[in-house]
Amino acid sequence: MVDRDELLTLYEQMAVIRRTEKAAHDLFLSGLVKGTTHLAAGHEAIAVGTSAALRPDDYVFATYRGHHHAMARGATPEECLAELMSRATGLCKAKGGSMHLTKADAFMLGSYAIVGAHLPMAVGAAWSARLRGTQQLAVAFFGDGATNIGAFHEALNLAAVWKLPVLFVCENNLYMEYTPIADVTAVARPAADRAPSYGIPGEVVDGNDVVAVRDAVAALARRARAGDGPALLEAETYRHFGHSRADPATYRPAEEVERWLKHDPLDLARGRLVELGVPEETVTAADERARDVVQKAVQAAKAAPPADPGEALTDVWADGGAAWRT
Amino acid sequence: MADVISYREAVAEGIAREMRRDPAVVCLGEDIGEAGGVFKTTAGLLKEFGPERVWDTPISEQAIVGAAMGAAMTGMRPVAEIMFSDFLACCWDYLANEIPKVRYMTGGQVTVPLVVRTANGGGLGFGAQHSQATENWALTVPGLKIAAPATPADVIGMMAAAIRSDDPVVFFEHKGLLASKGAPAPPGHVVELGRAAVVREGADVTLVALASMVPLALKAADVLAGEGIGVEVVDLRCLVPLDVSTVLASLDRTSRLVTVEENPYQGGWGATLVSVVADEGFALLDAPVRRVAGECVPLPFADVLEEQVIPTVDKVVAAVRSLAAY
Ligand SMILES: Cc1ncc(C[n+]2csc(CCOP(=O)(O)OP(=O)(O)O)c2C)c(N)n1
Repeated sequence: MVDRDELLTLYEQMAVIRRTEKAAHDLFLSGLVKGTTHLAAGHEAIAVGTSAALRPDDYVFATYRGHHHAMARGATPEECLAELMSRATGLCKAKGGSMHLTKADAFMLGSYAIVGAHLPMAVGAAWSARLRGTQQLAVAFFGDGATNIGAFHEALNLAAVWKLPVLFVCENNLYMEYTPIADVTAVARPAADRAPSYGIPGEVVDGNDVVAVRDAVAALARRARAGDGPALLEAETYRHFGHSRADPATYRPAEEVERWLKHDPLDLARGRLVELGVPEETVTAADERARDVVQKAVQAAKAAPPADPGEALTDVWADGGAAWRT
Repeated sequence: MADVISYREAVAEGIAREMRRDPAVVCLGEDIGEAGGVFKTTAGLLKEFGPERVWDTPISEQAIVGAAMGAAMTGMRPVAEIMFSDFLACCWDYLANEIPKVRYMTGGQVTVPLVVRTANGGGLGFGAQHSQATENWALTVPGLKIAAPATPADVIGMMAAAIRSDDPVVFFEHKGLLASKGAPAPPGHVVELGRAAVVREGADVTLVALASMVPLALKAADVLAGEGIGVEVVDLRCLVPLDVSTVLASLDRTSRLVTVEENPYQGGWGATLVSVVADEGFALLDAPVRRVAGECVPLPFADVLEEQVIPTVDKVVAAVRSLAAY
């Protein structure tokens, strides 16, 4: 069950993320965002639904496709866009960039661009939570492609034998970069089908349904906090853009794209709000607030000063410096 | 206190001292608990500190170091063991891409205070995949501190500094030194990282060595003393931070430099040291510099073959002689 107010909040969060992603895309095309971006438009319900089921001090580890996770855990669109636009006010002082958004004070411990590398880190964070006697969970979000890398298997096994409170959340968007995951994976469900070999639950959820995600995560989180160990959730979703940058994703069959675009997480939530009796105008007002927030964020990021060159030689060591010799 | 302690015992003693003073220090690795480590360098830790602080892991190098990283990011001070330094390659992603970069790419938000300990180097006839001196691998990575003690007292003192360091430290324990004995370390012994030691004074040639090459250099110095050549031996102790000032001060006295490296010549730490000297201490030199280093071959098995490819007393003596006569 979800009440209207809660669902409206989740909807608005997703709308802000969606608009921020669109803004990032436009800024990239207009040359204001360098390098690359991996947009998560289409994946919003996974980030927002999971966050809704977590405690604020649960740890989150994400991938290079992590704008939505940073924002779902409290990074503002302005901080994120400023980071992408190499501004001094960026989330990581413009040293991280799109692929490394991190908001440590919100327990969002980073976005990692080596596929699968952060899964063992999440295991370590959960281990640490247990050693310190807190009830924190650690959540690792990753793509379907990550399920074929060694670190995934090492992390699952270690979390299972040590019975740690880790949730492994796979965003299965059917593709790695350009290759369908089904072409290179021996099982049908790249994440969930592997769970039994580590003796842990492996569930599948509609990753575009924010309420379903929230409920699935809440159940697995309860279990993990009770000491019953890790679990794996495979959330089925689809990315609206290509893999990165201006990838037009022409390798995807038109009817598949169409089917998934019709199954948009925002539309789904909107439909459910209306079913719950929320007036259309209320939903539209939420949309407008989201638009305003993101518009202001774009303006603020554009107006922010560029990255400070002096920052290039700080933050390697804990003393803030970078000197490697005496 | 016993009047001598072995290098092997010093490892466990060094870790135990830190575990006694700081409950955040925990150990993990393969066979480190009941078995006391394959080199018996963790003997007694499980008994004293129990299974909540000394964790046996599966053979999962990525999970070991990745979990240590996650724990370090969330309040613990993990000490991870990678059995043989050759196996660092199995978790190289963590040492090259994850652990050393997180602080920087998050703009200083997250620090990673951990120690990765590993048995390094040749001399025991383990063959090409268990005998390499790999400290150079780490030397190429900004963001790692590198410790490689040569004596039991230094093992204890540098272990204390490494575990207390807020930065990640790779701690190379030399297999060829494990059975060696030396003076015990007084209570509270801490050897600051990045402080080289002049372990023998001499006026003619400076020999700079690391780990197992230190006793070798000292033996060569004895031989050369018989020929009237005064050799000053500098034990570098750490590669990062690199104590350039002690080396330059020694050259100010001797004006001649030889480095003694177990690793292959190609890309060895001596090359970095020598280039710094050429940059900043050229005027101190009265002769070319010499590097006695390993050959660029995998480490062979038989002693007679190994002697061909890693430094020996004779090779060091020959290099020093040629310089003394220059
Ligand atoms: C270890 C590693 N290998 C390859 C890459 C290049 N790469 C970046 S993203 C990607 C696809 C990953 O797909 P998936 O895990 O499904 O995540 P998605 O992009 O769909 O979110 C690849 C191969 C990488 N970053 N890291």
